[in-house]
Amino acid sequence: MGAVQSSQKSFTQQLKKVYAFYTGGFVAFVIVLAILEQMGLPRQTIGYVFLIATILLYAGIGIISRTSEASEYYVAGRRVPAMFNGMAVGADWMSAASFIGMAGTLYLTGYNGLAFVMGWTGGYVLVALLLAPYLRKFGQFTIPDFLGARYGGHVPRFIGLVIAIICSFTYVVAQIYGVGIITTRLTGVQFEIGIFLGLAGILVCSFLGGMKAVTWTQVAQYIILIIAYLIPVVWLSVQQTGFPIPQLVYGQQLQKVTQLEEKLAADPKENEVRKIFADRAAVAVEKLKDVPKSFAEGKAALEKQVADARAGGDAEAIKKAEEALGKFPKDEAAAAALWGRERGLAARGAPISRHAQAFPGATEKAQDISRRNFLALIFCLMIGTAALPHILMRYYTTPSVREARNSVAWSLFFIFLLYFTAPALAVLIKYVIYSDITGTAFASLPAWVQSWQAVDPGLLSIVDVNADGIVQRAEISIGGDIVVLATPEIAGLPYVVSGMVAAGGLAAALSTADGLLLTVANALSHDLYYKMIDPNAPTQRRVLLSKILLLVVAILAALVASQKPADILFLVSAAFSFAAAGFFPALVLGIFWKRATGIAASLGMLAGFGVTFYYMTLTQPWLRDVFYGIPRTVPVTNLWWDIQPISAGLWGVPLGFIVIVLVSLVTPAPDRKTQEMVEHVRYPNLRAA
Amino acid sequence: MQLSAKHLEYWNRNLKVTLTLLVLWFLVTYVLGYFARSLDFNFFGWPFYFWVGGQGALVVYVLIIVYYARYMNRLDREYGVEEEEE
Repeated sequence: MGAVQSSQKSFTQQLKKVYAFYTGGFVAFVIVLAILEQMGLPRQTIGYVFLIATILLYAGIGIISRTSEASEYYVAGRRVPAMFNGMAVGADWMSAASFIGMAGTLYLTGYNGLAFVMGWTGGYVLVALLLAPYLRKFGQFTIPDFLGARYGGHVPRFIGLVIAIICSFTYVVAQIYGVGIITTRLTGVQFEIGIFLGLAGILVCSFLGGMKAVTWTQVAQYIILIIAYLIPVVWLSVQQTGFPIPQLVYGQQLQKVTQLEEKLAADPKENEVRKIFADRAAVAVEKLKDVPKSFAEGKAALEKQVADARAGGDAEAIKKAEEALGKFPKDEAAAAALWGRERGLAARGAPISRHAQAFPGATEKAQDISRRNFLALIFCLMIGTAALPHILMRYYTTPSVREARNSVAWSLFFIFLLYFTAPALAVLIKYVIYSDITGTAFASLPAWVQSWQAVDPGLLSIVDVNADGIVQRAEISIGGDIVVLATPEIAGLPYVVSGMVAAGGLAAALSTADGLLLTVANALSHDLYYKMIDPNAPTQRRVLLSKILLLVVAILAALVASQKPADILFLVSAAFSFAAAGFFPALVLGIFWKRATGIAASLGMLAGFGVTFYYMTLTQPWLRDVFYGIPRTVPVTNLWWDIQPISAGLWGVPLGFIVIVLVSLVTPAPDRKTQEMVEHVRYPNLRAA
Repeated sequence: MQLSAKHLEYWNRNLKVTLTLLVLWFLVTYVLGYFARSLDFNFFGWPFYFWVGGQGALVVYVLIIVYYARYMNRLDREYGVEEEEE
């Protein structure tokens, strides 16, 4: 006993030393690149060096940790110390959406965006108090394992594994999509090639070493991503406030932003630009009322102009009229899409939104709806966090219940570091845009505006709508994804920092994809094949099967991602609602209520998941189109209690609880063995019966 | 295995601390969130409700989890139910 304990202690010491060296090495690597950049190393090369060096690093860790032993492959030998498991959870948890997207969302939505910050951290309270220690005591390999053992039989296990696969697969598609975008930005290779490059990095790691390799890689990835996130924000803070801890001082910048917003709201030039947008949107709304008629009339009018110009014989006029006709949409569908986009300009014509304002709305009712959706979204994100299998699975890897509890604390601490920085970043960037960019002459805009506009006008476009040569706030259109990636340039840092931030985003996306792929492959190989189809399968075959499945799932996900599916962000949020409604009631009641029965749990999972899915198909324009053939342009009018489809779990979670409780009460109580298993997970020292 | 009265007492204390901390979690998240519009006073430069959403609530979450881990690890020892090192 003592020997094992001391070997675990020296193992932890060893790890600390290795990762300290590693962090030093990474910093040195960045400094060397910075010096080389000063000596004239081209940007493109820096991008390649970051991409290749980090992927090689992750692959290297994978090769060192290769294994084919079941407990190493599935749960990293159950000897990951709490602090390192915390970092691994941090990297596993923080996806491309957290790293790249969240600060952007906060920039665009202000206070209401904080729902993501609170939801994605507060969920760990539920993990810590209700799930992690008990699952660790249970001590198997997957979440369906727990459902199978607690609720008896294959049905709950099977439902669990189907839900686990649905949540994880939609989520992994989004990660691989993110990998594709970042590699494209970093090196300029094609999107599809970028996806497969990133995929190679993911695969070498999880394929060779399973959970063991993924854990140690994720720790390495966490270190890169947190350094990359913090440096530019600290720099911006020093520039704006003279103080290097942005989280402590951005309150004063928020006040300045609020003052600027007041000034901009009263500015006549701003109002002029907004009116132009509002008018264009109003015209589009008119045209959309009868698309075939507007299309025919618009086309006829342009054709008449061409004919008139030809009759007039003025070459210049003919050319102009023909160009106008050439720009007109080719068919009704294209016209509807174009006018749909124009209609969307109404948002840019609306009065400036206040960053610090909670629950904005013109009427009391609108404010009420905004608040309701804010709280509902927090609810779904929190419960979803506490039910996503790839996160819960990680707490199987700690050496003891005690370490599992400590490990949740470390997890949230490491996640907190990034999450309480994101709101600061959003405010600091907003200050730059409102005070420095707004009011500048178009001729003297900084260089980063040009270069990002060239990458993709959807991400950043500044167009002189009212032709006065001066930038108005309303003329700036910023996509959420650019805020983090462009911060180094906005702060005037050398390109090497941009490369580092992109590498950080890549680390975030790759680490999450690793964890998700393992979840899907394990659900299939461990739960479906080993537990349900062939319980006598030898360990070697199970691990091999898991590896093959991993490869298949990864390639499938990459194929789906390369189609650039619409509404990818919606899919990610949907995964949270699915996990919340499908797993949370069954897991929590399974631990805290001995009376919960197997039939009840199965029905509860199905009902919760079912109603969540059903509500989404009713109210989400894309799913509504897929399932009922209702065109996306038709406005959604059938919301229940005005709740947006992103928070569909608000219906599924309570329904799951109600169904499990009611059905349990009318079905026979679980047998003695199941009750003993519940006791077993409740007391850290009880042995399994 | 038959559970002793001590086991049940341990479990009850566990439930009590869990429930207390969940109430705190609920207050910070949903009650403060619900009344955000009325909590508009200056707090070290931030409007109070904004600071809660961006930092305050998160700090409370971390503290809840740290407190729970310490409390339970101590409780395990007190009731002699801590696991033996394997």
